[in-house]
Amino acid sequence: MSACGGATIRIYILKRILVLVPLLISVTFVSFCLLKTLPGDPVYSMVGERATPEAIESIRKEIGSDRDFMSQYAGYLGLLAGGNFGRSYYSNRDVLDDIAAKLPNTMKLALAAMAIAIPCGLAAGMIMAYRRGSFIERIAGMFTIGGVSLPVFWVGLMAMLVFSLELRLLPPSGTGGFKFIALPALTLAVPAISTLARVAAASIEESMGLQFIRTARAKGLSPLKIAIFHVTKNALIPVVTIIGLEFGSYLSGAVVTETIFGWDGIGRFAMQGIIMRDYPVIMGCIITCTAVFVVVNMLTDIIYHYIDPRIRIHDGKG
Amino acid sequence: MTAKGKVYLYLVLFMFVLSLAAPFLPLHKPETIDLDSLQKPPGFAHPFGTDHKGRDIFSRVIYGAKISIGIALTAAAAACIIGSLAGLAAGYCGGMTDSVITAVVDFTMSFPALLLAIAISVVLPPGIHSAMIALSATGWTSFARLMRGKVLTVRGLSFVDAARAAGCSDARVLFIHILPNCLRVAFVMMGIKLGGFILAEATLGFLGLGVQPPAPSWGAMISSSRAYILTAPWTVFFPGLMITATAFCFNLYAEKLKETCDNRMP
Repeated sequence: MSACGGATIRIYILKRILVLVPLLISVTFVSFCLLKTLPGDPVYSMVGERATPEAIESIRKEIGSDRDFMSQYAGYLGLLAGGNFGRSYYSNRDVLDDIAAKLPNTMKLALAAMAIAIPCGLAAGMIMAYRRGSFIERIAGMFTIGGVSLPVFWVGLMAMLVFSLELRLLPPSGTGGFKFIALPALTLAVPAISTLARVAAASIEESMGLQFIRTARAKGLSPLKIAIFHVTKNALIPVVTIIGLEFGSYLSGAVVTETIFGWDGIGRFAMQGIIMRDYPVIMGCIITCTAVFVVVNMLTDIIYHYIDPRIRIHDGKG
Repeated sequence: MTAKGKVYLYLVLFMFVLSLAAPFLPLHKPETIDLDSLQKPPGFAHPFGTDHKGRDIFSRVIYGAKISIGIALTAAAAACIIGSLAGLAAGYCGGMTDSVITAVVDFTMSFPALLLAIAISVVLPPGIHSAMIALSATGWTSFARLMRGKVLTVRGLSFVDAARAAGCSDARVLFIHILPNCLRVAFVMMGIKLGGFILAEATLGFLGLGVQPPAPSWGAMISSSRAYILTAPWTVFFPGLMITATAFCFNLYAEKLKETCDNRMP
């Protein structure tokens, strides 16, 4: 980052962060509207069937659902501004505390999945690109299409059946160390490997035809050196984007994977909130997930700027 | 388009037609509970076995095809129409219209797609419609973005100027001259989306949203058999195999479609 300016990129980052605020506020508004149109009243599911009308009324007052929509929403924004997601209707625990405890688990799972997906995906992509037209390339191609055609929850259940229930190698569910994370991470990684392999293969093939590769070959560099230092390095740029974009699918996939494997992360937390109609929990999870998703996309754009000299973020085009 | 690519599409369509014709075929009724044959492993009488209520999995899987494939096809068509119209409007009108539509598309895309689909189908009363609406509400954005870009390119071509010089109205230029040149990319996009829609529909069913049991939706079948995976693994295996096979065919078809299209598709 020399001549074309550290200042420009700093302004760009600042702009992106500023856009983030209205975006997240609109996310809160839309999800708030969605929740308010939900059939069923959370108060009834909180108090049970035998509650007196007075008890129902007092809970309404307590959680504020007796007020009109806009003042409820304003109240919620006030809560958010104070750095708070409110309390769960059921456990009465602070939602922010719960999310802060569970988000690292989800991140751990996503990182473990990436740790499997990136090397496997790149290796498969390189094989597909360098052995184009061969038998092994066709097999790999089929596998990558198969990988994106597998339903995550089914892969998870089948993996659990084989590795936990039949072979008894790994625990079927729970949160914890390596043994617990292996199956959910593998499940999450399957579609990611396929996507990565396809993007990597296409990108490597494209850079193989570029001028500087011919130059490198003319210089007498060994094919292996060219493959690693010239082609692959150049081809990594779209791969980085895909890794960033895939992060959103890790978050969505986490809802399913965590539910199946009993992994104590934010996806499972959100699903429990949805089933129990626990509005503060659902809102907190949606806002957190969207924020993570948007920030990761932003980081991807910024990394892109640093690794690809052809794509620089300029003032005008920004 | 090679014949080989179309084979995959025909396979899925054959499944769909078979499913529509299922009531006239010599199959067990998909919702008949048979307490004499609970959790029978795959065999001659029940090729895919029976579930915990003694229902024949083979016939449930066949009947389920029309639900899962039907939802995916309808949602893809709806997403294509809504997204294409939005993209056409944004690309052709420009200015304020373009800014608003692009902002809405960006906003929708700032949610992880499946999470948004889950949120929408939680809000809607459960059923076939809620799954369709959830899928098309999240899927239309790719069509809008693609069409907008395509319209922007086509709009600058000289035949559009010629049409305008000949006195064509905006609507005529847009729908008679520009639209036919953009249809192809929208169609390819639809092919690309179908596999994902099959999976998303199954996921919604698995989470207990969308189509409700006892209707034989593939996702819901897996969800209700999950507890019996140890004693009757075939109850989970076969519906999942059907989901995978269908998504696989759609994705292979999309792959061939992409090859025929010189545009770089996502």
